[in-house]
This record gives sequence, structure tokens and C-alpha cells, in this order.
Amino acid sequence: METYQVSEISEHMSFLEMMDVLNERLITEGKEPVAFDHDCREGICGSCSMYINGEPHGPDRGVTTCQLHMRKFKDGDTIHIEPWRASAFPVIKDLVVDRSAFDRIIQSGGYVSVNTSGNSQDANAIPIPKENADLAFDAATCIGCGACVAACKNSSAMLFVSAKVSQLALLPQGQIERKERVLNMVDQMDTEGFGNCSNTGACEIECPKGISLDNIARMNREFLSAKV
Amino acid sequence: MASNKGILNTSILRKFAMALSGLFLVVFLLQHLTINMTSVISADMFNSLSHFMGTNPIVQFALQPVLAFGVFFHLIMGMVLEMKNRSARPVKYAYSKPEENSSWMSRNMIITGIMVMLFLGLHFYDFWLPELKLKFIDGVWNIEDRYFAELQHKFHDPIRVALYVLSFVFLSLHLMHGFQSAFQSVGFRNNKYTPFIKKLSNIYAIVVPFGFVFIAIFHFLAQ
Amino acid sequence: MSTLDSKIPEGPIKDKWTNHKNNINVVNPANKRLIDVIVVGSGLAGGAASASLAELGYNVKCFCFQDSPRRAHSIAAQGGINAAKNYQNDGDSTYRLFYDTVKGGDYRAREANVYRLAEVSANIIDQCVAQGVPFAREYGGLLDNRSFGGVLVSRTFYAKGQTGQQLLLGAYSAMSRQINKGKIKMYNRHEMLDLVIVDGKARGIIARNLVTGELERHSAHAVVLASGGYGNVFYLSTNAMGSNVTAAWRAHRKGAFFANPCYTQIHPTCIPRSGDYQSKLTLMSESLRNDGRIWVPKNKEDVEAIRSGKKKPTDLSEEERDYYLERRYPAFGNLVPRDVASRAAKERCDAGYGVNKTGEAVYLDFGSAIMRYGREKANVLHIKNPSDAQIKELGEGVIEAKYGNLFQMYEKITDDNPYKTPMMIYPAVHYTMGGLWVDYNLMTTVPGCFAAGEANFSDHGANRLGASALMQGLADGYFVLPYTIGDFLANDIRTGAIPNDSAEFLEAEKETKARLESLVNNKGTKSVDHFHKRLGKVMWDKVGMARNEQGLKEAIAEIQQIREEFYKDVFVPGSSNEFNTELEKATRVADFIELGELFAKDALERNESCGGHFREESQTPEGEALRNDKDFAYTSAWEWTGNPSQANLHKEPLTFHDIELKQRSYK
Repeated sequence: METYQVSEISEHMSFLEMMDVLNERLITEGKEPVAFDHDCREGICGSCSMYINGEPHGPDRGVTTCQLHMRKFKDGDTIHIEPWRASAFPVIKDLVVDRSAFDRIIQSGGYVSVNTSGNSQDANAIPIPKENADLAFDAATCIGCGACVAACKNSSAMLFVSAKVSQLALLPQGQIERKERVLNMVDQMDTEGFGNCSNTGACEIECPKGISLDNIARMNREFLSAKV
Repeated sequence: MASNKGILNTSILRKFAMALSGLFLVVFLLQHLTINMTSVISADMFNSLSHFMGTNPIVQFALQPVLAFGVFFHLIMGMVLEMKNRSARPVKYAYSKPEENSSWMSRNMIITGIMVMLFLGLHFYDFWLPELKLKFIDGVWNIEDRYFAELQHKFHDPIRVALYVLSFVFLSLHLMHGFQSAFQSVGFRNNKYTPFIKKLSNIYAIVVPFGFVFIAIFHFLAQ
Repeated sequence: MSTLDSKIPEGPIKDKWTNHKNNINVVNPANKRLIDVIVVGSGLAGGAASASLAELGYNVKCFCFQDSPRRAHSIAAQGGINAAKNYQNDGDSTYRLFYDTVKGGDYRAREANVYRLAEVSANIIDQCVAQGVPFAREYGGLLDNRSFGGVLVSRTFYAKGQTGQQLLLGAYSAMSRQINKGKIKMYNRHEMLDLVIVDGKARGIIARNLVTGELERHSAHAVVLASGGYGNVFYLSTNAMGSNVTAAWRAHRKGAFFANPCYTQIHPTCIPRSGDYQSKLTLMSESLRNDGRIWVPKNKEDVEAIRSGKKKPTDLSEEERDYYLERRYPAFGNLVPRDVASRAAKERCDAGYGVNKTGEAVYLDFGSAIMRYGREKANVLHIKNPSDAQIKELGEGVIEAKYGNLFQMYEKITDDNPYKTPMMIYPAVHYTMGGLWVDYNLMTTVPGCFAAGEANFSDHGANRLGASALMQGLADGYFVLPYTIGDFLANDIRTGAIPNDSAEFLEAEKETKARLESLVNNKGTKSVDHFHKRLGKVMWDKVGMARNEQGLKEAIAEIQQIREEFYKDVFVPGSSNEFNTELEKATRVADFIELGELFAKDALERNESCGGHFREESQTPEGEALRNDKDFAYTSAWEWTGNPSQANLHKEPLTFHDIELKQRSYK
């Protein structure tokens, strides 16, 4: 663990801009900067992944680290920053972790097997109840940041996996591969070494997109009905 | 294709089994409490019910092994899951504030569970082992009025009573998370019923363990 | 003088694409298995192209610098995607979408390409729905539409404010399916650093593994660049931190012409800069201009009072406010197109009326909308003689239902409550219409090197309409490239695997290695960001929303100076053979500096105002943009000659058969 002092931090800065200030200073001192993942800086790409003061994405709710602002901290505070910690997310460097386990879970079945030929039927051919469309959308807003895994005491990926399973289970397009999808995805999730869900609910609280525990219950149902 | 793993090698089935065995034990607890409660009301009623439970062949040779298996399974599976979950995070956080996003009960099921398990050891030593010895080694099946006296005898000792009380506090904490969590694990969750289940869960988690506490203290004071 | 062949098919515009598909070469399925294609970038264009090409049977290698293809910057698009579905029965058609796009682009796009885009747009929606993209729906279960700036119909499909995310996840899932099948080999955390040309054809790339720092040689029969736009040449933009021009620029240096680099879209409604530490700017959806009124104070004294905190904006009476868009453009008011709204904000701020400390902000005020909606709502609820406070509360409820998430985002960033005090906004760089020059087949001037999505220049002319970027990215990737690439690859069925250890590959690898080593061994005194910020400042001040000859000449000189200092004094810590984010930035900024110079040169050469390019020399007496079709109705395609300042200009004349050229007016 390293402790760095940073000064001249404005309350309007985002957390990552504070990190920029730190790194700029380290570079001018001829030192190596602290590596961290970040990209869009508007809370949608899911790159940023810091465990700040004991919580993923820090103390604010419904935000990613890039949307966390320094006004949430007090002058003189010591801020603890760690990478996500899970055996399925090996650390690459400093605060950067490898989340490709998530990609492999999606690859195992998180899609509808239609070709991109453009010869599919008209988009309005199957009406979808607004309620289902909205629920599917809510599940689909997952940004794959991994905060759920980081927050869970068991490093379980259930919230992430269930969001994708739910999205497709709620839509008519997802029905054909419904059973196989959930079986394959859960299988891959287990293979990657994520822990088991014990319903603590930490994932839902820390999720920057507010993905609901309803999705985990739905995946449990989907899985059980696919298995019997 | 999904590989055809053994039934308990999938995370979701493991927790499903955990939930079912837990719910089974929840039902058993209620039954146990009901019978014990009669000891507060009438020694005779308690004796006759206990004798029925202790000698009825269906209870003895069908239900009792199932119960034993349920307890044993829930316990072993709980430990297995805990070990797996721990290995999913080999490097712990240096600084963590789990209380910001989850309840103490939900995070410490293994602690409350182990405490309950230790209590079970004491409980078996107190009641179950003497029962087995009496029935299966000594072959005595027909004393119908011994149960109430045995009960009173055990709750004579203030240390034992204190241990019982403490254990039921742990059981209460265990149930507070476990009861409602079991419904989530089996996929039972919707806007209409889930709030009710959560309330019921909390009520159960308080009423049932403290019912047992009440019985223990009642008999202690009654002597 | 032009050597450019745009390969526009013959025939009437509505038959061109069909005829073309009927006549181009096709690779048979068995042979597709023998052909490798590299795709650089995994956003809407790259992701869609990778998935489609893999489905066809090609062996695809896809590269992205992010840790997952799902994080490409297409994900940040908010508003929606256009398609000529005419579900609203409001008279939309392929022609109308085509017309709107050409007009919105200020008549600087290639007709045939735009028509094709409009033609395939409807298919995109079908495709995405089939993939399980959860578009917004009406209560009857059918798809909902909203309207966007610059058009008269409702043709924008959306998924709340996260349309880009949902479409990208659709493309990502299609890719994931092919990755699972082994048809796509995905290279995450890899960055293309050079294009390799063998016998005059693009045959591979040099990529750096960003985790280990290793250089890798990857060969293929064709290379598709779908690496996005170059808005980060301004340092501050709404682009992601990693968005860069390197892939396109390296191809440019290897012979691909760069078209219209000066066409940049500056989006009017972004959250203003709050200080020098600012790393990027955040966009607020264009939809806010439906209800928000834009103003600055009429009097300078009020400006001073507001800046120093003595007055609040709400203290100013209606008479003390200047609703300058409504004043200047009574017909369109606050709903003028993006380029016009941005320039008007700059005009006021340059005149000293900016309302924040930096002097670069104007108000976007929902006060009157809140009162208007409040009164309506009070009527609906039959409230007799409601008090102002009551009306306000009801109105705030209506506004919250419409824009709640945007207001919340604004409050998170600025800590101001936009229900109580007007939002502050300022224009920011958002999208680049320019890019690699491509023909009708999306092939650059390097045979075998294709460009798709924002990385090419083809469809938006000098200004892009809202909700058209997503449409273009997916159209290129799903429906255009999979056909047109076959025309080139049909000649390669007997070529066999391309070796990656030929002299050309080794040479390119050596050069790249030397470039990286010289950066890390430079051991100067200033960080990469230092130079990037300086470049951005020059670009914004002199090549930004308004440009003139003198400023552009100064800009070119200053950028050359920055470039010189960069190579003398940049400090890149660490080494080249490890995870090194500073080195990544350094290679990108080095290319941005070169591009910046070409950008300014292009802006200098185009002495007319069109779309996002405003030359002060070319304006009407009222200060509006003035196009010059006689002298500038062409696409500028620049050829690399060893130095940006000596780039060679090639002109592709733009001819309009199906649309009449008109001067845009929003008065």
C-alpha cells in the first residue's frame, strides 16, 4: 500500500480528475503514475473500477467512479483506493483488473442467435407489452463494470449474469434459446470461479445502474425450470 | 451445450438446496416450539405429545432420519459454500465497509450458523443422546411421563439456561436473513408478496427463538 | 487533377445500391473460410462488421484498446437512431431521410452514399429488434419514436437516453456469438500502431498488446478501420478519454487520403468547463432545447454581478435578459440546428456576456416551461386560482417526468439544482464528420484498407444530424461492408494465408519499435497531457467554432512549434515493454499533433462556411454562414507526403442530381 498526498483539489473535480492531478504530479517528479481503467467518464462505458473507502465506486449511490465528485469528501481525508478483488478478476497493474470473465459469460450464450442479414421480420411484427419492454430495458442497462462482484462478500457475479438472462427472457426474441442460455451462462459463471450468491443484497445497493435483485430471483427461476 | 454436471455442482442448485433444507428446518422449528410450548401449559399434555413423537414409528423411522439428514445437509452445505465463497476472493480488501451495503446477519450466516451448530451439540448431549441410549440400548420405550421431568431437570442449571438463551439469539439472527433469503433463492420474489415475506420473516425470526427462550426461562424460574 | 475514383454505380439513385450488389464480385462460402479480415475497433461499425463478416464465414480478428469490445465509445450515444420506417404515418420515406441528411450536412456529402444509408436504415431496426435490443415501446406494444432537430418527421428510435449502449450491446452480443464459435478472434487491450502494406495492398497491422507491451504482427487479406473519430484533437471533447486518431492516421501515412478533416461538430448543450483540471466534457441531450430557453443578461453590469456572485440569474427580470436565439432566429428559435446554436453562444460569450467564472457559459432556462406546464396541469386537475408556488411545483413534476435523468446528471456534476436555477451550458466538440476518404465500397485509397463508421468521411457532409451517427455506424457494419468487401476479396481466393514475417511486416514492426523507444527514452520534462492541452487550446481558440485566415495560419505555426517541443521535451515514464498508459497517450498525442496541423490546413484551404465549418470571411451581413458552391462543392482528400504542411490536396467534385442546392436559412 502506498500513501500519496494530493493538494489543490477542487470540490467540482471528479474523482478521476483528482487521480489525474496526482498522476500529473508523479510524472513531473519523474515517478510512475498510478494505473487505472477509465474511458468515457460519463458513467456508461463501465471501465472505471475502484474500490474507494471500502465500497465499489465510492460512497455515492447510483454513480460510477468517474461520476463521483470530490465534494463527497472532506479536506484532509485519507481516501483508501483498491482494485476490485476477486479470483475471477485478476489484477493487471495497480488498480487495473482483468474482467474478461464477463465477456466469456456473454459469449457462452448471452445473445439471440440470429444472423445480421437484415432479412429478419419487420420490427413491429411482434408487439411487446410495454411493461416487459421496460423491464428488459432496465436489466439491459448493466454496464458490466463488475461493482456487483466487488461488493459481494462472495465475489458472486449473479447480478451481472441475471441482468442479461432477464433481458432476453423477458423478450419474445429470447424465447427460443431461453433454457439453453441460462444453463450455459450459469455454467460459465461457475467455471470462472465466482462465488455463490447468498442474497446479502450488496450488489443491488452498489450497482451504479440500480439493477434490481428481481433479476437474480428471475434467473433462479429460469435456471430451475430449465433444469427440471 | 451446458455440461451435465452433478446436481450440486451448480451454484444455483446448491443455493436452491440450501434454501429448501433451510425452509424445511423452519417448519420443523415451528413444530418443535409448538410441542415445547405445551410444557408451559400442562405437564401432561407435554408428556403425551412427547411420548407420541418419541415412539411413533413414522416419526421415529421416517421423519427423524429426514430431519437428521436435513440438519446435517444444511450444515455441511453451509460450510462448503462458505469455503467456496472465501476462495473466490483470495486477497481480501485492506479497507472495506460492508455495513454500507448489507446487513450484519446476511454477511455472517456462517458465524450464526456455527453457533447454532454448537448449540445443537449441547442439545443432542442433553436430550437426544440420552433418548437414543434409553430407547435403543436399554430398550425402554414405555415410560410415558418422564419427559416433563427431564425438561425441568435440564433447566435447573443457570449456566445451561444462559447458554440456551444465547444460542437462540444466534438462531434469531440466522433466521432473520435465512428465512426471507430462502424465498429469493428459490426464485420467489415479486412486488406483491416479497414485502410480506420480509415482514413474516422478521416476525418469525423473533417470535420462534424467543418462544424457546421463554420456555427455558419459565422452567428455570418455575423451580 | 483528381485521382479519386468514387466508384458510384450508374443508374437512378434509388437503384444504385441494388444494381451494385447484383454486379459486384462475391466470394463463395468455401473460399471465405480461407480469407482473414482484420477489424480495428469494436464500436457500432467495427462490432457490426466483425459479427457480419464472421457470420459470412470470413476469419475475423478484431482489435480494441478497451478491456472489452462492449466499452467502445458508441456506448455513450444518448438520443437515438434514425430510420425511415414511417411507423408514425407522418410521410417519412427513404427519399425524405436522404434529403434531410444531405441538407443537414449543408450539401457537402456524396449523394449516392447518403441514399444508400437511408435505404438500409429500416433494416437496422428490424435487425436490432431481432437481436433483443429493448427499444422504447408504446402501450400497444409497438415501437415508439421521437423527433430530433433539423427534420419535420418523427423517425428516431430510442431506448431512453441510452440508445447507443443498447445498440452496441446488440452488436457486442452478435460478436460474442461468433467469438464463441471461434470465427472471431478478439484482441482486447490491443492498439493498432501501424498498417502494413504488401504489394500495394493492406495486408495487416502492427498492434501493441497494452498489457505486456509486446508488439505483434497480424496479417490478413483486408483491414477494416472502424476506429471512430478524432474529436480529442481538441483535448476537451465529449469523446472518451481513449478515443484517438492513431489507426486512421497511421493508415493515412501509409497512403490513405484523409478527407475533410476540418468538419467538426460542436454540440451546443454541454456542461461548461469548471477549471483547468477538466479532463472531458459531458453532453446534455439535444432534447432539452425543446423546453429550455437560452439566454444571457442584456447588460454587462448584470454579467459582472452574476460572475461575482452578487446576483443570481433568477434575480433578473424578463427585460434584463437577452434570449438571443429567439431574437436572431424567430422562426426556429431555440431549435436551430446544432452548428447555428453553438456559434450564437460563442458570439455572445466572445462579446463578454458569458455567465460563469471562465466567461464561457450561457443559461438554459426551464423557468417559463415549468410555469407553462404547471398552469396546464393545474387546469387538468381543476385547481381554481392556483398560487405561483403551486403552479411551480406542478410544472417541476412535468419537467421531471420528461428530463428527470438529465437533470439529475446535471446536478451530480455541478451541484446546482436545475429546477431552481437555470442550467449553464456551453458548446463542446462532439463528433467529427471528416475522416478517411472512402469510395462507394468504403475502401480507402489503399487497396484492401476499408474504413467504416465515424472513421470514414462519407455520409454526413459538413454537419451531422442528431441520431444519424448510430445509423451510419450500423449501416456500414451490418449492411454495406459485408457486401462491398467481397468485391475486393474475390481476387484473393487463391492467395493463401498472408505470412506475417515478410520484409514489410518486419520493417513496420521495427519502425514502430523505434518510435516507441524514442518516446520512452526521450526523458524530457513535460508530461504528455501538457502537450495535449496546449494543442487543444490552439485548436479550440483558432480552429474551433469560428475560423479566419490569420488565426488558421497562426494555428499552423503554433502546432508545428508544439510538435517540435513535444519530441524534444516530452517525458514518458516507464518502458515500452510493460503496461504503460503514458506511452499509450504519447503515441496518440503524437498523431493528434500531426492531424491538428492538417486540420488547420484544410480549414484554411476551404474559404467558405458550411455546416460545422465557419469561416469568418464567408458570412452574410447578418453574420450567418455563407456557402460557396461555385468554388467549394467538392470533398477535400489529403494525401500524405511526409509532412502535414505539405499534404497534397485531391478534390472529389460533389454533384447533385436528386437534390437542389439551397442556402440554409432558419430565420
